[in-house]
Amino acid sequence: MEGFLNALVLLSNFLVIPGLAYGCQLALGALGVTLIYGILRFSNFAHGETMAFGTMVTILATWWLKSSGVTLGPLPIALLALPAGIFAAIILCLTTDKLVYRFYREKKSNPVIFLIASLGVMFFYNGLIRFVIGPSDQIFTDGERFILTVKEFRESTGLVEGLAIRTTQGITVVTAVIIVAALFWFLNRTRTGKSMRAYSDNEDLALLSGINPDRVVLIAWALTAIVATVAGTLYGLDKSFKPFTYLQLLLPIFASAIVGGLGNPVGAIAGGFIIAFSEVSITFAYKKLLTYLVPESWAPEGLVQLLSTDYKFAVSFAILVLVLLIKPTGIFSGKSL
Amino acid sequence: MTFLLGKDMTGGYGGADILHDCTIGVEKGEIAVVVGPNGAGKSTAMKAVFGMLNLRQGHVEMDGEDITSLSPQDRVKKGMGFVPQTSNVFTSMTVQENLEMGAFIRDDDIVPTMEQVFDLFPILQEKRDQPAGELSGGQRQQVAVGRALMTRPKILMLDEPTAGVSPIVMDELFDRIIEIAKTGIAILMVEQNAKQALNIADKGYVLVQGRNRFTDTGEALLGNPDVRRAFLGG
Repeated sequence: MEGFLNALVLLSNFLVIPGLAYGCQLALGALGVTLIYGILRFSNFAHGETMAFGTMVTILATWWLKSSGVTLGPLPIALLALPAGIFAAIILCLTTDKLVYRFYREKKSNPVIFLIASLGVMFFYNGLIRFVIGPSDQIFTDGERFILTVKEFRESTGLVEGLAIRTTQGITVVTAVIIVAALFWFLNRTRTGKSMRAYSDNEDLALLSGINPDRVVLIAWALTAIVATVAGTLYGLDKSFKPFTYLQLLLPIFASAIVGGLGNPVGAIAGGFIIAFSEVSITFAYKKLLTYLVPESWAPEGLVQLLSTDYKFAVSFAILVLVLLIKPTGIFSGKSL
Repeated sequence: MTFLLGKDMTGGYGGADILHDCTIGVEKGEIAVVVGPNGAGKSTAMKAVFGMLNLRQGHVEMDGEDITSLSPQDRVKKGMGFVPQTSNVFTSMTVQENLEMGAFIRDDDIVPTMEQVFDLFPILQEKRDQPAGELSGGQRQQVAVGRALMTRPKILMLDEPTAGVSPIVMDELFDRIIEIAKTGIAILMVEQNAKQALNIADKGYVLVQGRNRFTDTGEALLGNPDVRRAFLGG
């Protein structure tokens, strides 16, 4: 029985909790991709960099707040700096739309043209971020490191295995729930939100109904900038901020959005968790878990790890290919690619 | 003085002209039906009246005002409602949300209008929380007409409202359309089912190759042996 409990704790500590936090981060990232796909009808490759840009401004604001002596008790100051990052990201997205995407929209360009343009935007953001904050790692979390430490857990339960919940993990889940709830409330309950869904559903009919396309596009960018900055900041707090990592995040994020069904917000969230848990559980070493569950003589010699963590991106890629082959519209039937 | 009149319209979608000196119009509270063989330019004539294609010649006037240069969106604000032939509902949204979106340009209370639409199409009230994409073809057409009625238009334009629905549903839709006309709304409609449509029409236009061939009351067209032989199958 104790072996089973230990196994359960081990699984929660190394698989469920990190997977949940990572899933929230991916879900928020995928929401941004899906929003742009639903409204502007193209895959925004600059999304990872939008996340990085918002996070960068949040970090700069965090440093400034820190230097002026602000603290937030047990919570990281970055939460206080988040609005600055969001604001900067909104300005960046709207400026980009005005300078780049609007030109192609007026020409009614093919989505592929938009995609390539977004690739160019991605490289530009990329350079901008490295120019401002540099390519190296930035750790900007502060305040209390743990909500629950291994030591506290062991002492209160008497188990050999420990369970820790980092503050950043707790913040990630809570913030993600709030943002997602607010977004869904906006899309399903407000007139403006409904008009965005209508525009995404049937552009011509939305125009006939008097919905202003410029306003819909503007709000789509603003919402995308918000979720991107929040996702990026949460990821940066939880791990660390490194511009290159955000470029790499693009793959699991797109995989999440496509697996769930592009253009479908519910799908983006489901997709985020599917990708996150697949990645974490396939690269997890099950050896210790098995030693708790099976008699000692059966204990495996190897690590019982399906795939080395170096190959974690292969997981999202494999799922992406599988979904595109079997159900190209994604689980929740978004728009076909 | 016709309430809505597209007069001597000539034009197409760029390229060659599809309409040649084509004239269609409708009075308040009346039903005008545009019929003709495939490719006669029926839908094109309707789109021209709605401002969806550029006219080289001719003009469109409504209530004595020249609206030829207005965009379709501006014509909606002027009181025209248009129900396209296909993709005429928001499939992922509920029936009620479809109606709300129809009334997007209005700032006043839309509840009374929605009640009127529900009175006209009781089935929509029953299915108000169901996504429009899950409804049958006939019910979808009702949502589409209901959506257009939400702006409280003076003119309702229907592009083949009975395409792809069963004969029973078609009869019912026509009954509803007559009811709408009785409230004083002008109805301009393009139809494939010429015989049934002319039956309810106050005025009929028979188009052939983008030109007016016959124009008369619905009854007179049905009685006209030339029209019967050529277009109504004897």
